[in-house]
Amino acid sequence: LQGENVNIGKSVVIKGELSGSEDLTIEGNVEGRIELKENILTIGPNGKIRAEVFAKAVIVLGEVTGNVTASEKVDIRDNGSVDGDITSPRVAIAEGAHFRGSVDMQRGGGAKAAAKPAAAPAAAAAPAPAQKVGA
Amino acid sequence: MADSARTMTDWLGFLGNRRAAEPAPAAVTPDASTPEVSHPTKSLQKFLACLQAQDNPVLLDLGPVVGSNVTFFGEQLGCRIRVEDLASDIEAHLKKNTADQLPEFFARRFAEAPGSVDGILCWDVLDYLDRHAAQALATALTTLLRPDGALLGFFGTGETREPVYTKYVVVDPQHLRYKHYPASRPRQRALLTGDIIRMFKGMRVSDSFLMKSNVREMLFRKNPA
Repeated sequence: LQGENVNIGKSVVIKGELSGSEDLTIEGNVEGRIELKENILTIGPNGKIRAEVFAKAVIVLGEVTGNVTASEKVDIRDNGSVDGDITSPRVAIAEGAHFRGSVDMQRGGGAKAAAKPAAAPAAAAAPAPAQKVGA
Repeated sequence: MADSARTMTDWLGFLGNRRAAEPAPAAVTPDASTPEVSHPTKSLQKFLACLQAQDNPVLLDLGPVVGSNVTFFGEQLGCRIRVEDLASDIEAHLKKNTADQLPEFFARRFAEAPGSVDGILCWDVLDYLDRHAAQALATALTTLLRPDGALLGFFGTGETREPVYTKYVVVDPQHLRYKHYPASRPRQRALLTGDIIRMFKGMRVSDSFLMKSNVREMLFRKNPA
């Protein structure tokens, strides 16, 4: 089974540190810190997060206030909102999403060197195009 | 002194008014249901080249968030991008009827340390400001840039009373798509090249192109320390 997914329901409020090794969908409110370093965190349309977030991938359909760090990708989908700094090698922000903060997509030395001469179309330069979402 | 300044301004104005040789705007898709067209840009590739010389540059984007632009610049430059939507700031001040406070607002708007930013995408935000607010913003941006840092500014050359902002969506390093969305007031005035240059004291014009889309694209570099 690829992805046992745990849900935190709409009426649940958590304050403190949340960590685990399963994919997680949050529809409730979480304040503090969320750490799912090997898993996917989804903030559902009803989810409201005021936390530092660390995960393999983060998908935002609700609201996040706080910095988001992902080792693979961050997707802010239509109507999703992030107020904070994002660090991830791949970031996709859909049209209609809200974002306020900075995006750090720093690559490793090798990847950067390979991509540097690319004053060519983005599609040609992109080692792995960010996932298209929303629009 | 005044004469020499005027002469220089006129000369630079002449340079700025050269219309860049460019193909006519090309349709992005042949689909008639999507009438948006992409417009050639001459300066974006030069701006990218300025930043590609830097390792992990810091880029400040003063336009509204455009997800595909964030992806584009991140992948092209491996940079840290901060998006500061100044159009929404202007809108907020207009709605509160505090547009006269914009100069003070811009003077303390940015959290970045002076000299810490490698590149600024100013787009056309200065067109929407009165003289004092535009000067305050230009001064703040000049302070933020590191020596030899680059600033890309767009300036409308025709009078337009249509109250719209423009989102500049990067199609590729040679093309931008213009997407309009409602504004509370139109562009304030068409800035003369000499006025623009005077506004960015401490910067030099690296390239200036007058495009067929009636946008003057100007690439500034900050003078060495």
